[in-house]
Amino acid sequence: MSLMSLTAVELGKKIKEKEVSVSEAADAALEGIKNAEGTINSYVTVLSEEDIKKRAKEVQEGIDAGIYAGPLAGVPVAIKDNMCTEGILTTCSSKILGNFVPTYTAEAVINLIKAGAVIIGKTNMDEFAMGSTTETSCYGATKNPWNTEHVPGGSSGGSCTAVAAEECSYALGSDTGGSIRQPSSFCGVTGIKPTYGTVSRYGLIAYGSSLDQIGPVAKDVSDCAAVLETIASYDPKDSTSVKRDDYDFTSALKDDVKGMRIGLPKEYFGEGLDEEVKAAIFKAVDVLKQKGAEVSEFDLGLVEYAIPAYYVIASAEASSNLARFDGVKYGYRCAEYNGLHNMLKRTRSEGFGPEVKRRIMLGSFVLSSGYYDAYYIKALKTKALIKKEFDKAFEDYDVIIAPASPSTAPKIGESLSDPIKMYLGDIYTISANLAGLPGITVPCGTDSKGLPIGLQMLGNCFAEKKIIRTAYAYEQSHEYARCGICK
Amino acid sequence: MSKEYETVIGLEVHVELATKTKIFCGCSTAFGGAPNTHTCPVCTGMPGSLPVLNKQVVEYAAAVGIATGCTINRFCRFDRKNYFYPDNPQNYQISQLYLPICQNGGISIETPEGGKKTVGIHEIHMEEDAGKLVHDEWGEASLVDFNRSGVPLIEIVSEPDMRSAEEVIAYLEKLRLIIQYLGASDCKLNEGSMRADVNLSVREKGSSEFGTRTETKNLNSFKAIARAIANERERQIDIIESGEKVVQETRRWDDAKEYSYPMRSKEDAQDYRYFPEPDLVPVIISDEWFNEIKAKQPELRDEKMARYKEQYGLPDYDIDIITANKKLADIFEETVSLGSSPKKVSNWLMVETMYLLKEKGMEPDKVTFSPANLAKLIKLTDERVINGNVAKEVFEKIFDEDIDPEAYVKENGLMSVSDEGELRAVIEKVIAANPKSVEDINSGKLKAMGFLVGQTMKEMKGKADPASVNKILKELLGI
Repeated sequence: MSLMSLTAVELGKKIKEKEVSVSEAADAALEGIKNAEGTINSYVTVLSEEDIKKRAKEVQEGIDAGIYAGPLAGVPVAIKDNMCTEGILTTCSSKILGNFVPTYTAEAVINLIKAGAVIIGKTNMDEFAMGSTTETSCYGATKNPWNTEHVPGGSSGGSCTAVAAEECSYALGSDTGGSIRQPSSFCGVTGIKPTYGTVSRYGLIAYGSSLDQIGPVAKDVSDCAAVLETIASYDPKDSTSVKRDDYDFTSALKDDVKGMRIGLPKEYFGEGLDEEVKAAIFKAVDVLKQKGAEVSEFDLGLVEYAIPAYYVIASAEASSNLARFDGVKYGYRCAEYNGLHNMLKRTRSEGFGPEVKRRIMLGSFVLSSGYYDAYYIKALKTKALIKKEFDKAFEDYDVIIAPASPSTAPKIGESLSDPIKMYLGDIYTISANLAGLPGITVPCGTDSKGLPIGLQMLGNCFAEKKIIRTAYAYEQSHEYARCGICK
Repeated sequence: MSKEYETVIGLEVHVELATKTKIFCGCSTAFGGAPNTHTCPVCTGMPGSLPVLNKQVVEYAAAVGIATGCTINRFCRFDRKNYFYPDNPQNYQISQLYLPICQNGGISIETPEGGKKTVGIHEIHMEEDAGKLVHDEWGEASLVDFNRSGVPLIEIVSEPDMRSAEEVIAYLEKLRLIIQYLGASDCKLNEGSMRADVNLSVREKGSSEFGTRTETKNLNSFKAIARAIANERERQIDIIESGEKVVQETRRWDDAKEYSYPMRSKEDAQDYRYFPEPDLVPVIISDEWFNEIKAKQPELRDEKMARYKEQYGLPDYDIDIITANKKLADIFEETVSLGSSPKKVSNWLMVETMYLLKEKGMEPDKVTFSPANLAKLIKLTDERVINGNVAKEVFEKIFDEDIDPEAYVKENGLMSVSDEGELRAVIEKVIAANPKSVEDINSGKLKAMGFLVGQTMKEMKGKADPASVNKILKELLGI
């Protein structure tokens, strides 16, 4: 069995105990890529073997010298291609950044590097993280390793497939409306979207600034907790970064949910939810009940307003965030043009894909004079009210359980023809971003087609430990299921 | 007979703040670096970079607000102003629209008629400056230098309370002095650290309705402002008199050609799609911080003027000149604190310093001499070690090179001669050589005394002590 079938923490332990060398671990990741990449397309960029070997050697020396002592030292990682990495192509899976090599590295990635991580490559995503299927990438769709006719989810699809297909030990993703949790669920892996402000956004190429968070994708809860512990930090370079006093997320890895109050919002289990998904989640809830959790249903208000509020806010911010891609300073510039304005128009027309253009137009519209109050301000008010609904719910519950998506992974090509349907698929994940809450998805079985189902747990702001503990306790009830491609 | 018109003017003044680093990153604000050397991922709009607010900007903006009687919004926010232009690396400017830091202030100015009036300040907000485009005439390309990108600015928006170019200039001068006194900016119109855009409309005298206004930009001196106001007033009156309507638009003043031309009209005005900047948290000015800013507030000119009158008994004329520039006022106070007589210090500043500044085409800010050397010079004259003429000569040396006057006088042998014997011999010689003058004096024409004193000075190469010369001369002539 490949070293990539181990969890990141298991592999890190073997490296620490000198059972495995850093370069053997890196080789295993490259082997995994050789095996799966041609079929599933997880990566935009795989670093050269030479660069990986060089880094592996450096880290090995660091470990031997006792400089890298953490649990992830020497473990191969994949980074979503919207995080800046100095000297390494960073594209956001967009033609407009097709040649962009950053001059600096994102803070979260720096935190990993300081912990001795070996970066294997940059993973494919929906263009600028806009999409739920990883089909809008200019580098082609990523395929679900469980069934390559299906999408892996998105936008962090490449990070999730790289973990599931054992092309790396763990990965970083980003989550603006469910972009870690939903593809984790589709790919049978575990992912955390932390509380807004927990992981620095410095160096994360922004989609919706007030919603974006970087988080871990891995095989299990222990890995995710260890990775989150490593990447989370207070960063003065990010004004929205929060100084916390509880970065020891691994301390929550306890198989004990006795007395944990779990709430099931009725609105999340009604119409539109696939019966098989529903059944799998209730089965998982039963496991937690048996372990002593107190479970009850409740009414969560304003659920139907989350999607419109999200698409207004995220698109508005995106329309401004993406204005800097203009062909002037970096990235793609159209080959021929006639004057400045023509250059701007052509560069952006040729450089952005249709989903990105759709959201830039939507965002520009809701911010334009005469519509600002009716759409943008109203969406902000809705966001505040949704936050209040959750505040109320968390007075009664420690953890909220929900599906990650209404169904398992759809077939490739099914979603793009109907964007509204794709947007509606975000219903269970979006509210956590609007309210800034942490969320985790863990695998909870497969449907009759053999596709993974994810169980989502949401916690109150800064209550990562509660969801980590609940997810860990649930996870003890079953073995991690590997997908066919890596068996 | 044509109607009488009134000009209604409001100003938007941009002031570049004197912070060492930029508003949202740690890059230097210093002038003159090679292109794109004072830059980082933040001020060049690199993907993934994030702004972090420079606290000093808030403190300067609040200080200007306090000094101009504004309400300081303890909770304010930044907004993004979206527009595409290559000097602006993110293609949005971080500014304040919805909740600016200061609102509802005003400053008192003197009107040309000699009265006083208050010009209201609508708001003051903080924002970032853009980079600079350089057009390459050979390469058919434009280049962009981001050294200025992210330099902090405040925009001070007045109410439409001014009625003439004189009032506009009085307002700008007052504003400039306040900001200079606060140390928040050097406020140089010609170097662009203070820029004023003029919003102007005309209406029939007595009307309470405002006319349609235009905004005139690119005004780099008080003279240009005065010319542009006169020109725009005439232009609008001509339009109205010919039965047409003034178009609301932005115009650019060309001072060399003395005319303005439209940049853009309201019809094709951009929609800036302002919205709250999500990358920055709201600015909350706590009571503690507010009090700290207030405590740091220096004495402003009006207070200083009153104190100089009260404490030093200086004439209004002196006070007006000395306090017109903070640098001069600082030198005055330091020199006085070293023991010199206030009026004597004032004289050196008002007369000799102003003369030399004019002679050398310098701004008072550029004065470099130390108060200690001025104090020593005053002491040398008080003790009659040197005479007035020599003192002027020495002062110029102090002004230029900040020399130590005591050492300089000694080294160059400039001490006055008051030795009776030496002077008496010289004066006797002068009397003997000028019998005509002696005759004049004896016949009551005492003016001739001056001539004899002058002759003595000449003989003594300017180093005689004038009082001693007078005394001996009178004695010898028996008067």
